[in-house]
Amino acid sequence: MNEKLKETFSSFEGKEEELIPLLQKVQENLGFLSDESMEEISRFIRIPASMVYGVATFYTQFRFTPKGERHIMLCRGTACHVKGATRIQEEVENQIGIKVGETSEDLKYSLENVACIGACSLAPCAMVNDTVEANLTPKKVEKIFSISKDKK
Amino acid sequence: MEKVNVIIDGLNLIAKSGKTILDVATENGIYIPNLCHHPDLIPTGNCRMCMVEVEGRRGQIIACKTPVEDNMIIRTESQDISLIRQTTLELIHSNHIQDCTNCHNNNQCKLQEVTAYVGVNEKRLNSLRRTKPLIEKDESNPFFTLDHNKCITCGICIRTCNEVQGTNALDYGYRGFETVVSTFGNRSIKESVCESCGECVVRCPVGALYPKDEKLPTREVKSVCVYCGVGCNIYFGIRDNKLVSARGDRDSIVNKGRLCVKGRFGFNFVNHPERLTKPLIKKNGEFTEADWEEALDLVAKKFASSKGDKFATLSSAKVPNEDNYVIQKFTRAVMGTNTVDHCARLCHAPTVAGLVQSFGSGAMTNSIDEFTNAATIFSIGSNTTAAHPIIGLHIKEAKRRGAKIIVANPKEIDLCRFADIHLQQLPGTDVVLLMGMMKVIVDEKLEDSGFIKNRCEDYDDFIESLNKFDLDTCEKITRVPKEKIVEAARLYATNKPSSLIFAMGITQHSHGTDNVLAISNLAQLTGSVGKESSGVNPLRGQNNVQGACDMGALPNVYPGYQKVTVPEIQEKFEKYWDVELNADIGLTHTEIFDQIEKGQIKSLYQVGENPVLSEADANHVKKVLDKLDFFVVQDIFFTETAKYADVILPATSFAEKEGTFTNTERRVQRVRKLVDPPGEARDDWQITCGIAKKLGATGFEFNSAEEIMDEINEVAPIYGGIKYNRIEELGLQWPCLDKNHPGTKFLHKDKFSRPGGKGRFFPISYKASAELPDKEYPLILTTDRSLYHFHTSTMSRRVKGLELLNEEELLLINPRDADKLNLKNEELVTVKSRRGAVRVKTNITEICPKGVVSLTFHFHETPTNELTICAIDPVSKIPETKVCAIKIEKTDHNIK
Repeated sequence: MNEKLKETFSSFEGKEEELIPLLQKVQENLGFLSDESMEEISRFIRIPASMVYGVATFYTQFRFTPKGERHIMLCRGTACHVKGATRIQEEVENQIGIKVGETSEDLKYSLENVACIGACSLAPCAMVNDTVEANLTPKKVEKIFSISKDKK
Repeated sequence: MEKVNVIIDGLNLIAKSGKTILDVATENGIYIPNLCHHPDLIPTGNCRMCMVEVEGRRGQIIACKTPVEDNMIIRTESQDISLIRQTTLELIHSNHIQDCTNCHNNNQCKLQEVTAYVGVNEKRLNSLRRTKPLIEKDESNPFFTLDHNKCITCGICIRTCNEVQGTNALDYGYRGFETVVSTFGNRSIKESVCESCGECVVRCPVGALYPKDEKLPTREVKSVCVYCGVGCNIYFGIRDNKLVSARGDRDSIVNKGRLCVKGRFGFNFVNHPERLTKPLIKKNGEFTEADWEEALDLVAKKFASSKGDKFATLSSAKVPNEDNYVIQKFTRAVMGTNTVDHCARLCHAPTVAGLVQSFGSGAMTNSIDEFTNAATIFSIGSNTTAAHPIIGLHIKEAKRRGAKIIVANPKEIDLCRFADIHLQQLPGTDVVLLMGMMKVIVDEKLEDSGFIKNRCEDYDDFIESLNKFDLDTCEKITRVPKEKIVEAARLYATNKPSSLIFAMGITQHSHGTDNVLAISNLAQLTGSVGKESSGVNPLRGQNNVQGACDMGALPNVYPGYQKVTVPEIQEKFEKYWDVELNADIGLTHTEIFDQIEKGQIKSLYQVGENPVLSEADANHVKKVLDKLDFFVVQDIFFTETAKYADVILPATSFAEKEGTFTNTERRVQRVRKLVDPPGEARDDWQITCGIAKKLGATGFEFNSAEEIMDEINEVAPIYGGIKYNRIEELGLQWPCLDKNHPGTKFLHKDKFSRPGGKGRFFPISYKASAELPDKEYPLILTTDRSLYHFHTSTMSRRVKGLELLNEEELLLINPRDADKLNLKNEELVTVKSRRGAVRVKTNITEICPKGVVSLTFHFHETPTNELTICAIDPVSKIPETKVCAIKIEKTDHNIK
């Protein structure tokens, strides 16, 4: 077993009711829920792997691909939607070359939709790691991501 | 059970308390629509179709989950109920593609049935139609398809997989509108842990899970499965002289409708084009077709010149009792020798040798059905879920009912998922483990002294032999931590009724009989034998290995375990068969091959066996077969062994003949003719009778299998009352002494069947396996079975789907051993022992402990038994196929 996983499990007893806290802790420590870690959780608390997967996929808080260095949460809430979030999404996908829910192969970017980040006055907006990018336009999107490309 | 009065729709009914409203209504012919209910499963009430109203309660109540109470007044229809059902049904329909005429389940669909009753508002329904794109069908499994677009998420498949099968391959994945029935990681069925048993397919109320190659049959006939010794009852569907479907018999006490992957999907071999259809005679090294007259004349002529010591018969654990009876009668009465044996020698010979000495009878003491009521089940040396899948289900059911499970197995087999304690002993150290447990029981005074005193003998000798097995020694030899030995011993001795299961892991050792005696000691010590749900249960491997033994296809006993060495018995058979008989015990399976090598045995008559793959040290067997003057093989396929034959006689398969199989719990069950035989194939008993008649013998004028059973009734007391007319529906368990005897559910109830009626303890010492790992050959090879194949795969590998699910042999090896040898997963390696070498790909897995590797013997491309050692148990003559020393070498990649 992965050392990090072993360490994560060490603060748990291996009981069935620890499933959700375990999933959260593993995601916190490893960044996402891999098949391997979910299988290990299933063995650790002795419940079927299919059930671990069923519970994990029920909650939007869990992710099954690793996060990129720059994790983009694109707001698709009402205000952003009205102000053209669809076009923003297309442009982001175009710029970084992956679709929503995916992580780029070089692990630089990951992209996901969120319902609302609570910054409706700045719509359409997104969060890149901990930074809020406000009043997005396709041009601005190009700028944000091309700069970052140059920097790298 | 208490009765209650209820009124449903104005009808006064009396019902058993504890039953649900839906059950009571259904029993009384009142229809309440439902989609997610199945009588085998715990109700969940998630389809909301079975809503009813109960006077005095608010709103609607779910009929499938609510137990009836006294004086309940129930209405199954009202305007409210109707509206709720209709709306819910429309929502279900909105996610279900309308493809009824093209659907496999058309006319058998629950959704059609419920819709016909409830009705939908088409206008409203159309506005609800789903907009979601279609999900691609999962066609990965060779036997069935999963079509999510027809799924109504009733959860029956998920609950079946969890509650009935215990495989847990499925659960709901994702949520809301996106919810699907999903495997772990939403992988395809084939890539999941699914065991392809098809139980979910049978129960799917709509066409979301459906079998690929099944057709509706013209007629159905009930018969018995031909794979393992469980003996599941199956209704076979027949259409155009082919088997087109198979469904478990829900009324059968053996399998209760359930089947494993082989039992449900494994019968295409019957219609396989490679079936033998005409007798073949080897002329100038080539097999040429012959007619029956020519073939039988030749066989009779050759056999006539090799009577007595020059002749040997290997009978078959696959063919019915009637055929085995005729074959052993032919050997004894016509050929004048007791040298008739069969593959039981290679599986449960120590069981028979051991349990006959300690209890008086070498069979399962309990019935399969009794496992579910055991409080402790101790499974040692049995990969139950792979080799006896339906008994595996009984164990899982016991676990759900609260039983404790102890598994003792060198490998972390699938059953370990259900185990409370897993004792991972090194292969070949079972005696030490068992004696260690007994020492704990004696030291802690947990033995059943009343049982020992009243029902057993020779206790003191045994007790003395326990002294050598202190816990530290046991831990050192077995590698099982002593705390676990203590825990297991306490559990087995105190949490009763305790039932013990064992199989090849106990028997296939050069000290196999000692292993079995240790088991019988343990059972007697705790009084765990001769009681309901409590006993010693060797699981027999082949479909009719129990029957072949019962019929006397053994060198030391006549039918019904009557010894050939007892003059009165010999006299009885001489009188009945009207011939003079040989009083000498014949040779065993392994001894037969030795005597062929020495030139003593000239002719071999072999029915339905494949020793070139199944015998230990198979290279030796091949060399020996070449030495025979005359070798007759009677089989359904051209096996690896058939190559060595002089004459091959085509036999009928189980699907083409009448007869009986005796399953592992001693139940004699009817096998029925399903289809016509291919070409000129004949029943085994007909062929043997034909040879006998050519040799001028009398007593072989049978016209049917039933007439043979009539003769068996006369000569074998334990089969005395087993008449075809009594076993049409349900089989009978021997001993069944006369036509009014009800059969015997469990053995040794008030006394043991040994002379004197007492069970006997045996002192035991530990003998190590014949070949232990050393510097040159550092790893232990043990052998195992796959769920998807049977024995040498003569049948199962001719079923395309089974072949797809398990295509090739894999060497199971622990990651630490693999690291040491610098091996990658699926790397082609050469496994070498002192006797042979095979090439195989690796499967690096924690299932095997460090130092132990494992192979099956199902694949002729990887003949595992060329590695195994033919070290023989001195009592039972079984070869040690469970332990030998091997080494692994990287294979040069230039060699293909």
